[in-house]
Amino acid sequence: MSGHPGGILAAFKHIDAAIKAIHDLKDMGYRDFTVFSPTPLLELEEAIGHKVSPVRRWTLIGALTGVASGFAMTLWMSADWPLAVGGKPIGSTIPYVVFAFELMVLFGAIATLTGLAFHSWRNAKPAAFDGRFTDDMIGIFVPCVEDRRDAVKDLMETTGAEEVRVEA
Amino acid sequence: MATTAPPEQSTRPTYADVTRDVFGTLGNPSKTYYILFGFILSVLALGLIALLYQIRYGLGVAGYTPPVMWGAYITTFVFWVGIAHSGTLISAILFLFRSAWRTAVYRTAEAMTVFAVLTAGLFPLIHVGRIWYAYWLFPYPNQRMLWVNFKSPLVFDVFAVSTYLIVSTLFLIVGLIPDIAAIREKATGWRKKLYTVTALGWRGTDQQWRHYSKAYLYMAALATPLVLSVHSVVSWDFAVSIVPGWHATIFAPYFVAGAIYSGVAMVITLMVPLRKAFKMERYITVDHFENLSKLLLLTGMIVFYAYVIEYFMAWYSGNPFEQQSFWNRAFGDYWWATWTMIVCNGFLPLFLFFKKIRRSIPALFVLSLFVNLGMWFERFVIIVVSLSFEYVPYAMGHYTPSWVEFSILAGSFAWFFMWFLLFAKNFPMVSITEVKEIIPLPRKQEAHR
Repeated sequence: MSGHPGGILAAFKHIDAAIKAIHDLKDMGYRDFTVFSPTPLLELEEAIGHKVSPVRRWTLIGALTGVASGFAMTLWMSADWPLAVGGKPIGSTIPYVVFAFELMVLFGAIATLTGLAFHSWRNAKPAAFDGRFTDDMIGIFVPCVEDRRDAVKDLMETTGAEEVRVEA
Repeated sequence: MATTAPPEQSTRPTYADVTRDVFGTLGNPSKTYYILFGFILSVLALGLIALLYQIRYGLGVAGYTPPVMWGAYITTFVFWVGIAHSGTLISAILFLFRSAWRTAVYRTAEAMTVFAVLTAGLFPLIHVGRIWYAYWLFPYPNQRMLWVNFKSPLVFDVFAVSTYLIVSTLFLIVGLIPDIAAIREKATGWRKKLYTVTALGWRGTDQQWRHYSKAYLYMAALATPLVLSVHSVVSWDFAVSIVPGWHATIFAPYFVAGAIYSGVAMVITLMVPLRKAFKMERYITVDHFENLSKLLLLTGMIVFYAYVIEYFMAWYSGNPFEQQSFWNRAFGDYWWATWTMIVCNGFLPLFLFFKKIRRSIPALFVLSLFVNLGMWFERFVIIVVSLSFEYVPYAMGHYTPSWVEFSILAGSFAWFFMWFLLFAKNFPMVSITEVKEIIPLPRKQEAHR
């Protein structure tokens, strides 16, 4: 079993051809296609038209949690075992900014990666793949029923795909 | 000797060239690699034997002489933390500034950061003597019901360096994932299995790039203030105490500039042989080295300015202890260390004002070695010389590192280079994805013209 729905897999060498194919697919009403590229390409992103990634919320929440944890940890531990040094108050918020800052960065970074892993997994669509898509080709996989495959295949060929395959 | 760009630099590589060339640097190490690796392992063994000897007989085998109770270990700790800094500068700060030239060099710098912090982190543990109690540095629930002193910069350091190690490692791994996916398709045998697992299922889909690009941006935004904070915190280990020569508000920016300075020097030291061995002249060009040397010149001048200001403030303060401390630095027992520092870090980099030197790779390599040497001595001067000459004449002392400290210092270099060599032969040292990003993909319209 292939693990993905049947459809058309096209490989593009030219970026403008791939962008045209994406626009034409959207005009035909397709939204659930997958585009592969070896590197992030702004023009492709604009053509696909995704909303801004929600990973930023993970970063913000992680960072704020880090700040809160840094202050909470230092203040509570200072109160739990009072240590009077250097004439400073038991709970000295100014030096504790360092801990709040470090934990902000640490928690923010970990939360960002968790968000990246979560959203990449949640938004992953089963799609046919070719190893050349991480090398030098742009790939487009369009899941479609057998009746529509000829139309999509024609579209890919006319826009300039180097290779078009029917994936069962 | 001026090095001119080889003719192949003028031909722009394609995406397929980039993958093929970078993949070509991996696997099948040469005989030279094994000889070098064997030498590194033997130096590491020497360091380990010295460390075991110290663990067996105690810190007395180090050269500590009251009042100098921070010596070569803390010097080397600060040295390695400093080395780490330019990696994050190149990978995160220059990324935020959209500096395109960083793409070919940032992976080397970033790997250097991780291995340098990994090395630095060992030294506080070695320095405390009873290494098996090192976990006392962290706040953890215990039967004695006590916690660490959060008002101490030494505890600041535990959090700063640990955070730096974790975040820089994560940053390196995130950058590697798309590259590993690219070489996964070309690898065979056990490497194929290794890259299939470590690529974490990456296929470069639009959804993956959508989240990845943002995540990388936010990671860079978090790493940027982190890099400035870590060496500021390290500088407070000294600046908040009342030792003459330490108690100065200039310490944080002075240390950060020094850290980036030493790190850029180490990047050049590593990149020159790496570029030659991996035949990467097409990607790491003379222009890259010139940009690195400009960074070296800028940070070097900031460091030199800080040296001058330190002396000026010692004189201008009217404080006799401060004045004596700085007089002792220049003309006391350790004059040779101070002048090594001033010549290597202050004067020699001024040659970089000459374009011919900036574009000469052999000259840059030699200069980078001097800066590395000078920056170790800078830390030695700040730490040891200041401690040896404080307030009370009868409490002054002279410290000389013992063979144990020298062996552990040599072992630390071996430890660092061991990781670097292992990494260089198994993972891409030039970022495939980011180098491709600055190469325009072919267009059908152009092809038809």
